[in-house]
Amino acid sequence: MTTLTDPPAESFKLSMLVYDTRYRSITFQILALVAVLLLFGWLTMNTAQNLNDLGKEPSFSFLGESAGYDINQRLIDYSSQSTHLRAAFVGLLNTLLVAAMGCATATVIGVIVGVLRLSGNWLVARLMTVYVEMFRNVPVLMWIVLCMAILIEAMPPPSAFRGDDPDATMKLFDSVAITNRGVYIPEPLFSRSLGDFHVGAAFDVSINLIAILIVLGASIFVARGIARRADAKQEATGLRPRTWHTRLAVIVLPTVVLLAILGFHLGYPELKGFNFAGGTYMRNSLIALWLALSLYTAAFIAEIVRAGILAISSGQTEAAAALGLRNNRIMSLVVLPQAMRVIIPPLISQYLNLTKNSSLAIAVGYMDITGTLMGITLNQTGRELETVLLGMLVYLAISLIISGVMNWYNNRVKLVER
Amino acid sequence: MADTHAETVLFVRDTMLPQQEPPLSTVGPVGWARTNLFSGWLNTIITIVALLFVINLIAHLLPWFISGTWNATSLNDCREMMAAVGNEQGGACWGVIRERWPQLMFGFYPAELYWRPVLVLVLLFVALAPILFADRTPTRMLGFTAVFPFLGAWLLWGGTIWNPITALLGFVVGYVVFSLVSKVVNAGVSLFVAVVASVIWWTTLAGYVVLGLSAIAPLAIASVQSREFGGFLLSITIGVTAIMFSLPIGILLALGRRSHLPLVKALCVGFIEFIRGVPLITLLFVASTLLNIFLPPGTNFDIILRVMIMTTLFASAYMAEVVRGGLAALGKGQYEGADSLGLDYWQAQRLIIMPQALKISIPGIVSTFIGVFKDTTLVSIISMFDPLGLANAIRADASWNGIYWELFIFIGAIFFIFCFSMSRYSMYLERKLQTGHR
Amino acid sequence: MKKTVFLGALTVAGLAAGVAGAATLDDVKARGKLNCGVTTGLVGFAAPDANGEWTGFDVGVCRAVAAAVLGDPKAVEFVPTTGKTRFTALASGEVDLLARNTTWTFSRDVDLKFTFVGVNYYDGQGFMIPKALGVSSAKELDGATVCIQTGTTTELNLADYFRKNNMNYEPVPIETNAEAQQQFLAGACDVYTTDASGLAATRATFENPGDYVLLPEIISKEPLGPLVRHGDDEWADITMWTLNALISAEELGVTSANASDMGAEAGNNPEINRLLGTEGSLGAMFGLSDDWAKNAILAGGNYGELFEKNIGENTPIGLARGLNAQWTEGGLIYSPPFR
Repeated sequence: MTTLTDPPAESFKLSMLVYDTRYRSITFQILALVAVLLLFGWLTMNTAQNLNDLGKEPSFSFLGESAGYDINQRLIDYSSQSTHLRAAFVGLLNTLLVAAMGCATATVIGVIVGVLRLSGNWLVARLMTVYVEMFRNVPVLMWIVLCMAILIEAMPPPSAFRGDDPDATMKLFDSVAITNRGVYIPEPLFSRSLGDFHVGAAFDVSINLIAILIVLGASIFVARGIARRADAKQEATGLRPRTWHTRLAVIVLPTVVLLAILGFHLGYPELKGFNFAGGTYMRNSLIALWLALSLYTAAFIAEIVRAGILAISSGQTEAAAALGLRNNRIMSLVVLPQAMRVIIPPLISQYLNLTKNSSLAIAVGYMDITGTLMGITLNQTGRELETVLLGMLVYLAISLIISGVMNWYNNRVKLVER
Repeated sequence: MADTHAETVLFVRDTMLPQQEPPLSTVGPVGWARTNLFSGWLNTIITIVALLFVINLIAHLLPWFISGTWNATSLNDCREMMAAVGNEQGGACWGVIRERWPQLMFGFYPAELYWRPVLVLVLLFVALAPILFADRTPTRMLGFTAVFPFLGAWLLWGGTIWNPITALLGFVVGYVVFSLVSKVVNAGVSLFVAVVASVIWWTTLAGYVVLGLSAIAPLAIASVQSREFGGFLLSITIGVTAIMFSLPIGILLALGRRSHLPLVKALCVGFIEFIRGVPLITLLFVASTLLNIFLPPGTNFDIILRVMIMTTLFASAYMAEVVRGGLAALGKGQYEGADSLGLDYWQAQRLIIMPQALKISIPGIVSTFIGVFKDTTLVSIISMFDPLGLANAIRADASWNGIYWELFIFIGAIFFIFCFSMSRYSMYLERKLQTGHR
Repeated sequence: MKKTVFLGALTVAGLAAGVAGAATLDDVKARGKLNCGVTTGLVGFAAPDANGEWTGFDVGVCRAVAAAVLGDPKAVEFVPTTGKTRFTALASGEVDLLARNTTWTFSRDVDLKFTFVGVNYYDGQGFMIPKALGVSSAKELDGATVCIQTGTTTELNLADYFRKNNMNYEPVPIETNAEAQQQFLAGACDVYTTDASGLAATRATFENPGDYVLLPEIISKEPLGPLVRHGDDEWADITMWTLNALISAEELGVTSANASDMGAEAGNNPEINRLLGTEGSLGAMFGLSDDWAKNAILAGGNYGELFEKNIGENTPIGLARGLNAQWTEGGLIYSPPFR
């Protein structure tokens, strides 16, 4: 009978840290960590000493001080008496606004252009190629500046609307005014408003809006229930009851009734004094930035869409054609849904690029977070370290959120391979 | 047999009919137009609308372009010239381009030294040739490519020739140390030791060597301050430097991101995602306002160098993703093949993986370069005189105040020419690589 | 102390190692060049011409200081700065002197730790409007759209002014004067506001300057002057007295044309003699040669000459002396005596 003995314990030698694969990875990682920590420590020490020499204490207390400047395009209440923090928040909302609008339009334009580039019509395909190449190969900053210049030069100033025989008139039954300062559109007003709901001391949220959203959400939920029941019936009997009119009524009626109760009406813009008054107002800096970012990004998206479509094998198109589908249906029912899987990952990075490029708003005076926090606030307070770091953190957070959401969506639509 | 057949059948054509011309409506310009422009009512309408659009555009823009103001010396001069020929609706004032184009190209670079940047540009193409057209150029030219960064920097900034030579010697030192040490310990460690040796050479010894050598043999050309760089010279210098330095950093980051060491991986992912998550303009703000605060008190190097550092960091994050794409596109068999040959990690990377992965990544690298090159316009926001910044400065000159489109069209056109030709090249390469894979 | 930071092959060429803080004068002398922060371009005050030569009123101050310290008005590196980067550039030692139409304010002096060495131009924020609007006072601007050049105190003054007068307005912030001018001409804003000197300079380049008027209200005090870092009084003295030398020279009738002759031998006026270094040795007191002031004056002329050459009534900009006349002529430009 033999007793099982351990192999002779290997004594640990220092050289094993380098030669033994078991330890080597740990050695390297610890070295890397130490190097990085040293680097950061060095940077922090330098910063501390430099700030000390300059007599500046890093502090964020300036955010609570009154900003002293005005912002023209804003989504929440703000006046020159508000704090720097609130100004930064106004800027953040503006960044998000232009990014969201830009992503939406860029996608629409990009898909259309991408499909048209493959069009059988030679002239259209060529024009689209010219568009894509022009926008892709010239810096976006130039496009932003040019869009702004075109808006300023080509649109009439408000003074052109004045007088008995004005040079310019309002569009769409006198409801929309397009000027070189911006576009004025009718605003929704409620004569029997429910008032505002205060979140903390800083923000007001319109209860009207919340009520409308709740009612609309509930109606859509009910309408989907009806559709689901119709599906079940179709599964069971093979006949689909006609439900679109009930569903439409369920969605539309409650909202319309609610709007009527609230006394909904439109406030039209009117020329008063120097400017139009009333209505909602989109400054041309916003429009120029939106337009330039959309058109620029759309050129890239068009290429992505085109590549996505070309990646779908022609067998798919031919099979669809054999089933008797028409060309546009082949595109929308067979090719695009499959191309989506190829398209979405690069699309995400285009959305991220657009959001980051929106920081160039500074070139046209659109007050996004670069213009407020890292712009005027920085100029007025001289707090470079705090404002720039804070601004970078905000952008980082936005980017991470966008890529997180889009990756989640991508995983949902991804072809599940078995 | 043929006879019998002929007798049984009443009529058989025994000659081939000559091929007939296709109907006129399907060939030639008419046929082309019918299939490509007017294939249905919808297409016809679209074609006509598009045609009207193009004609309208040209009709409006052409008279503006042809304004005959090439020799004007100020905006008012232009206005007088146009009034003299009775041009009422106004036209372009091209005098500004004639007067300022050298400035838009070279910034404030001394005019008598313009040959230096031009030579560097030519040499750049020579240096790039073995990479861009690998199949048509001798491999030996890669030697020149390795020397080019030092030669180019010396030609651009001038100064004593010993600077680039000692800088280059740093690599030689590193290599010598590497080959000596690697006989004793493994590749990773000796690489580390070699890097340390090079850094020691650069930071301490090189300065004295330069001083000594310049005292012995003062070979120098007129030195140019980086502040005098401007216009497209500045854009290209920043763009090329960023790409050149970002490639090795990007490769390391990409390898780190695919590494099995969790800590190394986390650091690389953190760096890449941080840089890719913030806009370039914020990094440029860091370069212009914060970098001096981060560095030891007293260090103070000029803004162009600071911007180059930040752009390099920016580009290397993107480069890392491009290289990672190239690495991911390689078949698993390549890695396994390398392992089965008994190569260690660095050998496998150097001999098997990287040559293939980098070749696949070239189109991506080119498009990253186009992106960085276009993004160099952002430096105008932090008061540097790239073409857009110069456009502002030119408009601050009393004689050109109020000029607008001419400068932007000129700058835009040059950017377009650069970027378009690069993207065409990248497409050509992509096609070439594609056929290689199928 | 000299720190070498090696960065590739660019070291010596791209690297200017120096120490911010004490002894700026020694740094400048060792370097042989004065680093002077200017704007990226403002008509009449600083702009590069076709040959890359900087010209303008602020540039004149830089050249005068360079001439005083180094004896060569060309020994200046001009560092263009924006409203955002100018203070960092000065604080970090990237520039030795900032001559970039910067308003002297309490917080800049005290909180940002700079020393303003004098005022080379007394300015104030004004308004420009098209004549066609028929407005004659800034009080009638309720509801107007106002183009502002950002990066200065302009936004704050404007916000204060409109709030004080209980009026509404819509600000259009714009980075550069050239862009603002374009928007204003196209009617995208009713009013353009910035320093009155800038307004006049901008108006001068319009196709029809007569169609636009400056409103009488000046809503702020904008004393513009060169500034240096806190903590180096020697250097502050040198820049301050160079500016004062230019001002005194005008008062005493010393111009770039006669400074050489007057400086050759002592004349009758003891103050001129002290200024030009033919009597006493004022320059040696702060470590400069005795003809420092003569060099400064020869660089671009005395204060009045600089003014006339760059922004005066015979230039397209056409500014009157106004507040910037010598104190003897009812202005505010006043130099302490040289003795």
